[in-house]
Amino acid sequence: MSNIKKTSTKRQSEIVSAESTTAINEKLLGKNPSKPMKKIEIKNVHCWYGDFHVLRDIEMAVDPNTVTALIGPSGCGKTTFLRIFNRMNDLIEGFRLEGEVMIDKKDIFSRELRVNELRKKVGMVFQKPNPFPKSIFENVAYGLRVNGITNKKIIAETVEHSLKQSALWGEVKDKLHKNALGLSGGQQQRLCIARAIAIEPSIILMDEPTSALDPISNSKIEELIYDLKQKYTILIVTHNMQQAARVSDRTAFFYLGDLVEFDETKTIFTNPKNEKTQNYITGRFG
Amino acid sequence: MNNEQVKTLKNNAFKIWAIIATSIGLIMLAVLLIKIGMDGLHRLSFDFFTALPSRRPEQAGILTALVGTLWVMVTTAVFAIPIGIGAGIYLEEYARKGWWSSFLEINISNLAGVPSIIYGLLGLEIFVRTLHLGQSILSGSLTLSLLILPIVIVSTREAIKTVPSTMREASYALGASKWQTIWMQMLPAASGGIMTGIILALSRAIGETAPLIVVGALMYVPFVPKSVFDSFTVLPIQIYNWVSRPQAGFIINAAAAIIVLMLITILMNGAAVILRNRWQNRVKW
Ligand SMILES: Nc1ncnc2c1ncn2[C@@H]1O[C@H](COP(=O)(O)OP(=O)(O)O)[C@@H](O)[C@H]1O
Ligand SMILES: [Mg+2]
Repeated sequence: MSNIKKTSTKRQSEIVSAESTTAINEKLLGKNPSKPMKKIEIKNVHCWYGDFHVLRDIEMAVDPNTVTALIGPSGCGKTTFLRIFNRMNDLIEGFRLEGEVMIDKKDIFSRELRVNELRKKVGMVFQKPNPFPKSIFENVAYGLRVNGITNKKIIAETVEHSLKQSALWGEVKDKLHKNALGLSGGQQQRLCIARAIAIEPSIILMDEPTSALDPISNSKIEELIYDLKQKYTILIVTHNMQQAARVSDRTAFFYLGDLVEFDETKTIFTNPKNEKTQNYITGRFG
Repeated sequence: MNNEQVKTLKNNAFKIWAIIATSIGLIMLAVLLIKIGMDGLHRLSFDFFTALPSRRPEQAGILTALVGTLWVMVTTAVFAIPIGIGAGIYLEEYARKGWWSSFLEINISNLAGVPSIIYGLLGLEIFVRTLHLGQSILSGSLTLSLLILPIVIVSTREAIKTVPSTMREASYALGASKWQTIWMQMLPAASGGIMTGIILALSRAIGETAPLIVVGALMYVPFVPKSVFDSFTVLPIQIYNWVSRPQAGFIINAAAAIIVLMLITILMNGAAVILRNRWQNRVKW
């Protein structure tokens, strides 16, 4: 069952990579029955912090196994937008959301979906590396433990696998039981990625994951994002236009709570339709 | 004199005043320590720790008081630690911010300032009379628990507050429940601060005399307590008893017992300081 699912996802991603052709076909042939299932779909979404209307009428659909970059000046609502999908905003007093948010065609606010189940499926990497003040091993194992996995062998294997996937294994395999706070910033951030993927989410949210890091760590993490795309759907907030251009398939430009433009990254950077987008990416403000 | 000179003068005056003030404190403490050391140090022997009280000062020892103090401390800790930490967690993590939590907060801070004899009266009424626990270790310990609860609660809250919210978020983002986040992340990260608070609270309790006298700790206990329902005495009360005797021998005994009590307190405070430093060094967010 899961096998079939996997291959079909893979096939879908191939179709996705031929996005523009699909789009043309769709226009010519009308609704295409083999159209890939959207990983994320949100419609008419509004968010408030108290009276402050922070996101207005957002609509977006994200294909599986793609990287979507979220750009825009500070305070335009990128972080708020990102944190809709694992319902982290719900922890903030006074936060309110209206609209429809679907992941895998399921409403994430429905009563049947428990919020910890959702967060297992939607991992998150924060702006500042925030490992727990515990051992490297325990950092990665934590997600497994809180989700009820107790088998030591499975935990050890998953920790190793996750650290390999996040390209950190070689650097830490001899000090798994040392405190994670002893790692460099870049290593800590990759540890946070390992921690997120250990519980096998299908979506990873990244909020400016490299903004606190040096250039070498930055490029390591960008490479990693490229690899992770094979298995995960990634949403990444970034202030760095080159980063958005390098890692993402599609880019969304936010401005003062509006989703101004959402298109193929190439289009956004070479031929944006909106003047504000043009001004932002050419660095005229932001 | 120009403005600059006035400033310097004021500065120096303040500095000298601060040095004098500090010196007075230190000198008083030193005099006290030397006086007590000269009086009591030679009295400290193995027998002094193992002897029961006696009418003859040379034969009297602190065994019952020392064991009583240990009983009271352990029993107090058993009550105060879980309740104090639990209340701290509730106030910090669960209580909705509003008039109710402000009300609780103000009251708890005020409780920390209530004179200890009031706690004694409360303990006498509730534990000794209403609950019929008698003049026992249990009554005394429950009374002291009430006395130190505010300290434990406040230090638990403060310690939890120092844990950055990014850690809480990281835990939630991995699908952890609130309880798992508190139990597996917040409390371990705050444990240094909580332990420091507990030790300081207990070292306050160990020196308390008034509330225990009110609750009915005995001046003269010729036996070692065997359970929490036994009557008891503690070191400060033993000291109080001895200094109020006319014979010079008992004054020497009191000095020796004071040395013991002070050593225990210093050790506990030292442990608290070490814990706090360790914790601060370990946790660099
Ligand atoms: N917890 C909060 N309470 C009130 N306002 C908030 C809160 N978090 C963010 N905001 C406001 O919402 C707007 C969008 O914030 P954010 O989503 O963090 O933007 P970005 O990530 O694009 O910089 C900002 O104006 C910010 O001040
Ligand atoms: Mg942000």
